[in-house]
Amino acid sequence: MGKLYKFLKYSFITIWTVFVVAPFLWALTTSFKDFNSVNGGATYIPWVDFEPKLEGWKVLIKSPANGGVDIIEPYFNSLFVTCTASLISIVLGTLSAYALSRFTFKAGFVKNNDITFFFISQRIMPPIVLSIPFFLFLGAIDLLDSLIGLIVVYIVLLMPIAVWIMVDFFNKVPREIDETALIDGCNPYQAFFKVVLPNSVPGLIVAGMFCIIFGWIDFFFAFILTFTEVQLLPVKIVALNSSITPWWSLSASALVSVAPLIIVAFIVERYLSKGNLSGAIK
Amino acid sequence: MNLIAENLSYKPDEQFHLNEVSFNFKKGNIYTILGRTLSGKTTLLKTIAGLLTPDKGEMQFEDKDFLKVPVWERNIAMVYQQFINYPHLNVFENVAFPLKQRKIDNHEINDVVLKSLKSVGLEGYEKRKIQELSGGQQQRVSLARSLVKNAKILLLDEPLVNLDYKLREQLREEFKNIFSQGLSEESIVIFSTTDPREAMELNGEVIVLDEGKVLQVGPAKEIFENPKTLKVAEISNDPPMNILKTNIDSNKIKFEGIEIDIPNHLSNIKDKNFNLGIRASDIELSDKGFEFEVELAEISGSETLLHLTRGSAKIITSIEEVMNFNIHDKVKIDFDINKFYAFEESGILASSPFGGSYV
Repeated sequence: MGKLYKFLKYSFITIWTVFVVAPFLWALTTSFKDFNSVNGGATYIPWVDFEPKLEGWKVLIKSPANGGVDIIEPYFNSLFVTCTASLISIVLGTLSAYALSRFTFKAGFVKNNDITFFFISQRIMPPIVLSIPFFLFLGAIDLLDSLIGLIVVYIVLLMPIAVWIMVDFFNKVPREIDETALIDGCNPYQAFFKVVLPNSVPGLIVAGMFCIIFGWIDFFFAFILTFTEVQLLPVKIVALNSSITPWWSLSASALVSVAPLIIVAFIVERYLSKGNLSGAIK
Repeated sequence: MNLIAENLSYKPDEQFHLNEVSFNFKKGNIYTILGRTLSGKTTLLKTIAGLLTPDKGEMQFEDKDFLKVPVWERNIAMVYQQFINYPHLNVFENVAFPLKQRKIDNHEINDVVLKSLKSVGLEGYEKRKIQELSGGQQQRVSLARSLVKNAKILLLDEPLVNLDYKLREQLREEFKNIFSQGLSEESIVIFSTTDPREAMELNGEVIVLDEGKVLQVGPAKEIFENPKTLKVAEISNDPPMNILKTNIDSNKIKFEGIEIDIPNHLSNIKDKNFNLGIRASDIELSDKGFEFEVELAEISGSETLLHLTRGSAKIITSIEEVMNFNIHDKVKIDFDINKFYAFEESGILASSPFGGSYV
């Protein structure tokens, strides 16, 4: 049992790893190819299979006038929109989640769980349903094709994730810890900031990670709600397609766009394994 | 200047958690709230702490309407039955937390915290993380944190219940020491427990609570010797006092074919039917005694608890040694008739071996 289980487990992990890593490998090799090597079929070993070229990477930093693809501005646009929207979502979401976890709300038949579900329901709807109202709404307040408009929309998309994760997390933080803080002389705000929040760091990190990922990878709303003034990275990368698909620069910019997520994942992984709450209640 | 409550009631759902509870707690005393689980002990302590607002009733402390004072201004301390500490702080920071909250000078905090940790036997653990401590040590940290504040009211909600047997005994001793030495004349200690032995050992004023209602208030000795009702007798004894439905006929107590001469102190009982109470420790194995059948035998520590039946009569007896019995064994037992209690059918104490009566 033990050995067979181990064998199956590691076989599965191996297959899965190959499955996950293969596209990156493909993108990495392709980014060093030129037109001829790409058309030469699936080849992976530089200098043996194909002659590596840096053209795909060079165009990323060249100015558009010199034939560059100009992804630097969209890159910073994406960073700005994602980080701002995530930050606001986490702050608002955490506060709402704490309220939903600790206080009892009642308006007719609407109770805490219904309010929580209302937040999550924003994520259940297919994006296409939301796109038209968003378009009309942003149009009405003159925020179409602007960074602020995108941030507003992303907060609507990201805050439910933060609320959902943090409600669950706060429900697991024993209420007695808040109570003890009150007894020890904290008013409710001090209890939240001095005691509850420091013990919720793992939850905050997870929520932050999800917000950043979902904000960063969004293509759909960035595509629909922007035209010429503002461009976000995913839209820009897709727009690199023209009559000839520049696979090399496309691959290079895709890799560059994934980089922040990989960095986030490595940072988060270290914090997640720590687990800080075990000593609250034995 | 006392902590005075009048008719506190709290009924969040179908049942009363507190039902017209009144008390008058004086400074410098220990009060023990004795009751079974779900009797309202925690609710009462949380109400005193200000974490719960009762539906009805009044509470006064130091000439103030205590119900109007928010928790963080009440100058109280509380130890929970779960070991509640701040997981993100180390031992020293945990104990120092309430003092920092009061903006006390750092040097002073240092002295007071170290002294408090010493008094609970945690010297040298200052830098440890809470998670690295055992359950008993964690509970000592929360005790230290509640002592360091010099709170006017110290609430202890079953602080020993989640500890293992040995630690419980040890910590109980320490509690008594800490209370007898360190307690100022200015503070009120309120200790809640399900364990009658704890209530007796702390030897303060005992409040017997059941289903949110105060059943009896008095010194521990008085509760033990003269429980007001059947219910109090059950709650204030562990194992619960045995209750037998009996009747009196021609100077004999009769039940299930057993006849016992009426002891002197019960001779004034007029009712034909009454409930006979006898503690598990006042029943012995004896060859000349009455035959009962063993239903269950449990060994607890150095004693054996025997659950016995005879017809519809069920009794528990504790034997001061470890013995093995099989289920359905027949054993003979004898009652110490001078320790008989008599309760009326309504449950009121009619006569006790110590001369008490509430009829």
